[in-house]
Amino acid sequence: MTENTARSGKDTILVIGGGIAGITAALEAAEVGCNVILVEKEAYLGGRVVRMNQYFPKLCPPTCGLEINYQRIRKNPRIKVLTLSEVSKVAGQKGNFNVTIRIHPRYVTGNAPISRAQLDAISSEIPNDFNSGMDRTRALYMPHDQAFPHLHVLARYALTSEEISRLEETEPREAIDLSAGAETLDVNVAAIIVATGWQPYDANNLDLLGYSSNADVITNIEMERLAARTGPTGGKIIRPSDGREPARVAFVQCAGSRDANNLPYCSAVCCMASLKQARYLRNKLPDASISIFYIDIRTIGRHEEFYYQLLADDHVSFVKGKVARITPEASNLVLDVEDTLGGKLLQESFDLVVLATGVVPNQARHPLPGLDITTDEYGFIVEGVVRNGIYAAGCACRPTDVSRSVKDATAAALRAIQDVRR
Amino acid sequence: MADKLGVFICTGYGIADALDIDALHEVATGEMGAQHCETFASGSTGEMAAIREKVQKLGLNKVVIAGPSSRSYLASTLPEADSLQLVNLLEWVVLTHEPNDEDTQMMAEDYLRMGITRAQKAKKPKPFPEHQEISKTILVVGAGIAGLTAAYEAADAGYDVVLVEREDELGGYMARLHRSIPTRPPYRELEDPNIEQKIAAVSTNGHIKVYTGTTIESISGGPGLFDVTLQGAAAPEGAIRIGAIVQATGFTPADPTGFEHLGFSKFPDVVTNVDFEQMAKDGAFLKPSNKQPVKNVAFVQCGDSRNPDTFSYASAIMSLNALKQAMYIREEDPEARAFIFFEHLRTPGQLEDFYRRAQEDPGIFLTRGMVSLVSSVGGHLVLQVEDSMLGEDLEVEVDLLVLNNGMVPNSADGEAIRKYQDSIQIVKEGPGNAKYEDASRAVEELKIHENTEILNLDYRQGPDLPSLRHGYPDSHFICFPYETRRTGIYAAGAMRTPTDGASAAEDAMGAVLKAIQCVEMLSRGETVHPRAGDISFPEFSLMRCTQCKRCTEECPFGSINEDEKGTPEYSVTRCRRCGICLGACPERIINFPDYSIGGVADSIKSVEVPEEWDEKPRVLVLACENDAIPALEAAAVHGIKYSPFVRVVPVRCLGSVNVVFIKEAISAGFDGVLLFGCKYGDDYQCHFIRGSELMETRGGNIKEALEQMSMENERVQLHQVEISDYETIPRVIDEFMELIDEIGMNPFKGM
Repeated sequence: MTENTARSGKDTILVIGGGIAGITAALEAAEVGCNVILVEKEAYLGGRVVRMNQYFPKLCPPTCGLEINYQRIRKNPRIKVLTLSEVSKVAGQKGNFNVTIRIHPRYVTGNAPISRAQLDAISSEIPNDFNSGMDRTRALYMPHDQAFPHLHVLARYALTSEEISRLEETEPREAIDLSAGAETLDVNVAAIIVATGWQPYDANNLDLLGYSSNADVITNIEMERLAARTGPTGGKIIRPSDGREPARVAFVQCAGSRDANNLPYCSAVCCMASLKQARYLRNKLPDASISIFYIDIRTIGRHEEFYYQLLADDHVSFVKGKVARITPEASNLVLDVEDTLGGKLLQESFDLVVLATGVVPNQARHPLPGLDITTDEYGFIVEGVVRNGIYAAGCACRPTDVSRSVKDATAAALRAIQDVRR
Repeated sequence: MADKLGVFICTGYGIADALDIDALHEVATGEMGAQHCETFASGSTGEMAAIREKVQKLGLNKVVIAGPSSRSYLASTLPEADSLQLVNLLEWVVLTHEPNDEDTQMMAEDYLRMGITRAQKAKKPKPFPEHQEISKTILVVGAGIAGLTAAYEAADAGYDVVLVEREDELGGYMARLHRSIPTRPPYRELEDPNIEQKIAAVSTNGHIKVYTGTTIESISGGPGLFDVTLQGAAAPEGAIRIGAIVQATGFTPADPTGFEHLGFSKFPDVVTNVDFEQMAKDGAFLKPSNKQPVKNVAFVQCGDSRNPDTFSYASAIMSLNALKQAMYIREEDPEARAFIFFEHLRTPGQLEDFYRRAQEDPGIFLTRGMVSLVSSVGGHLVLQVEDSMLGEDLEVEVDLLVLNNGMVPNSADGEAIRKYQDSIQIVKEGPGNAKYEDASRAVEELKIHENTEILNLDYRQGPDLPSLRHGYPDSHFICFPYETRRTGIYAAGAMRTPTDGASAAEDAMGAVLKAIQCVEMLSRGETVHPRAGDISFPEFSLMRCTQCKRCTEECPFGSINEDEKGTPEYSVTRCRRCGICLGACPERIINFPDYSIGGVADSIKSVEVPEEWDEKPRVLVLACENDAIPALEAAAVHGIKYSPFVRVVPVRCLGSVNVVFIKEAISAGFDGVLLFGCKYGDDYQCHFIRGSELMETRGGNIKEALEQMSMENERVQLHQVEISDYETIPRVIDEFMELIDEIGMNPFKGM
């Protein structure tokens, strides 16, 4: 199997990014009747959300909604999905953009299924990106069980020459093309939706929090994978250092966010993310005690109830204070906290510390050549200034949650359609 | 023309290594009578093209492709046929069972029989005839920021719009604002709400017909074919034909009277944020008590975590509002001081910079603490504040106290209204009725819904969108926030979710997109989300209808009205094709051309059930195709095995399971039935809202029926599962097989 076919031209919209915002924008536009080209840099769709264990506040699996979206894509001939692809150049203007897309080789052709023998031919391993690098996967792999497209990926760079020659001789040979190279595709589109999403703030920048030197200081992204059944531990929340179940867990809010030296803005989703992860712990390790260190609990709108429920839970304590330092002591981690309510300095010891790291727009790190967009000083795209045929959605615009990203994306689809109709 | 059936069996993915392909071929062309059968290597585009060609060349109109999961194909590469059925030999059989085993082979053969039977029974769906008359006019209800945006943007996309506003003026709440919170860098400056500009753009747009001072008298029909009658001085005579509706009826500021300790309604100088906004707009901050200028003003938020009962969704913008209003008075009077008392200051995203601006202002005092009492001393207000930072109590003297309170959506709960009306009717009939007491209680509880109608839908299930909690419309608010339970009616703005103005405007654009999408899809004869693009629709054989009203009551989307006798009146454009009506109907008179009671029942009966002494039990698994089936297929990816004695039938929704499927299975000799549906309750996961919940209720009847046949009622079990439960489902299956072992085989087997 390969990607859908769709033509480019006056009634075509390009969507850059195949996370929840990009998938939504593509589908909403295609179901109206436009042709859509959806470009995703990874080997599969789903972006950040497909790596989540559960969504807040319903604590439901993201794959449930994604599955419906994949069904919609599979059934819709108007959407062309390009994975392992990047936009390398944009020229032209509203109604008539010429876009160059670079498609990296998957080496897996889809012309025949990968056989057991082919899988067995490879023993080299690479860090498992789906699990945030917490475990390793063989270099010929299915990214995850619900991957769309449902195709293996070959990390050719990681193969030994023996493995390459073994693969060359293993049937079915038409399943793998080791000589595949990058291709470029030129398309003409009327409008572009930028849904390039976000990446977590690099916790290594937070020297005093000891992420790089202590295995049991993890990020909220890693916590999602620990809690997920498809994650590196099969859903067991354990300390990376010794595999023990933690009895005392700390969540450090604003790990980088609302901090002039790191991310001056609020990342908006980390409060709910930590409260959600506290619920994972309550469900999986009912005896564990949980402390959440925060500046303000920003559970906005409908999410207030979720906070109140945890506030009433005697296994969860909320401490208003900024964590200044994390130091290892024996097998534990000691947190120095300025308790702004009690007005004193606290020292508390924990088994596992989760850093609520923030949201960094991908656009800031990897600007798209030739794309006429305005960004703020943090790299988020400023929307709605001019309608120049380029619209943005989701975390490309602001740190935000799934529901708001879906809303943004649906609005962006309307703007793009207005251009197509002109 | 007689059917011509072709069967294509995949040999790749290790299928041919684990199964006897010749025997499968024999099943297809022998007992099942396929005219053509051949093998293919994979689901690749090339292989599918060859199959498409063969189908065309041989004139096959019924096609069965047995191979990997449907996720391995793209629909556009599959052959066209009157009926195309995919049989999963890979994940359902080969990867989850012992290779080259008698039981595994029997399983594969049964799945082939079942797929072929489904293909034989299915008819080619044709789009509903009304698709040629679909109106594409969009009705927007409410002309605040969301409604105005919706109207303007729909017109800008080329659609005619009817905009209805109950007030005499356009603009809604935003028109009462002095300034709005920042939307652009540097996120520090207050912005002009610019509502006049929007009003002008809408008023002068030739594609938009505006009716102010107007409400909706009634809406009948369904999406694409709505007949809307308006009420008001300027309302047109007769009904207007409408395609889809955006409801943007906004919110009402909550009444702060309940917060007695804050002195509202006791002291005139305790006002709401709405009052303060008006002062700012008028350009004069004067104390209501004596018209003297306000020098010191305090802002507090109503509702806090110590009093969760006072909780409201205000927190979406409460903090931002307080910061904004503090800046008003600081800009007006550099000597003035503003105190903001808060528990959590909430300025998400880049609006942290807005907070920073307030922090930099020496005249704005931000204090984490709660106001416990307000009194009036010498013409001033004295606030007792529990300062939680310093851990001591403060007394602060101010001229004015501004209460920030919640936003109550201007919505109506259609289902509650309907229940209220039904209960009144029962109460009127007098205490003789068995439901009298329940109804009397319901009348009391639901009285608040009296005269709250907005849309006045002529729907059997009530006149407005059903609510989930706190008056917000029921939807899958995370993944599919615009999908309400009434097709073609999309909520936007503060009525859909607590929101600020800019975000409400954007929300309106999303809702308009959905409205446009709805009319475009209907005009192609397709249904909308989640079975987007499906053209099949159910037919009702009303000759045999007993007016039991189960279909009209159970449809989650209110698609079926009823006449005075209770005969269903089905609206095809309201329908989402979930099949819950098909599952509900005891007379089995509701059927889709490609999903019918007969088709499913016959495919169940096509399973070869071994005799009792073969000691090979059979269990029927009816599973939701959206969640339970992908979970079962994920089990295969993870190498989890389960009993080969089950036969799985995917269903559109567990709610589309008719009890006759279960009865047929038992009488065909199956030893038990497992039902896998989605979670229900407040945090339901069913894509059709309450399919599995409805099935649970119907399941009660099945248990009774089993008991009447002197059979153990645990032979039928319903399990709520999630799409991520790939470990749970195989475990439940195996545990169920142990149970069957214990209680023994179906005593009616072979009879």
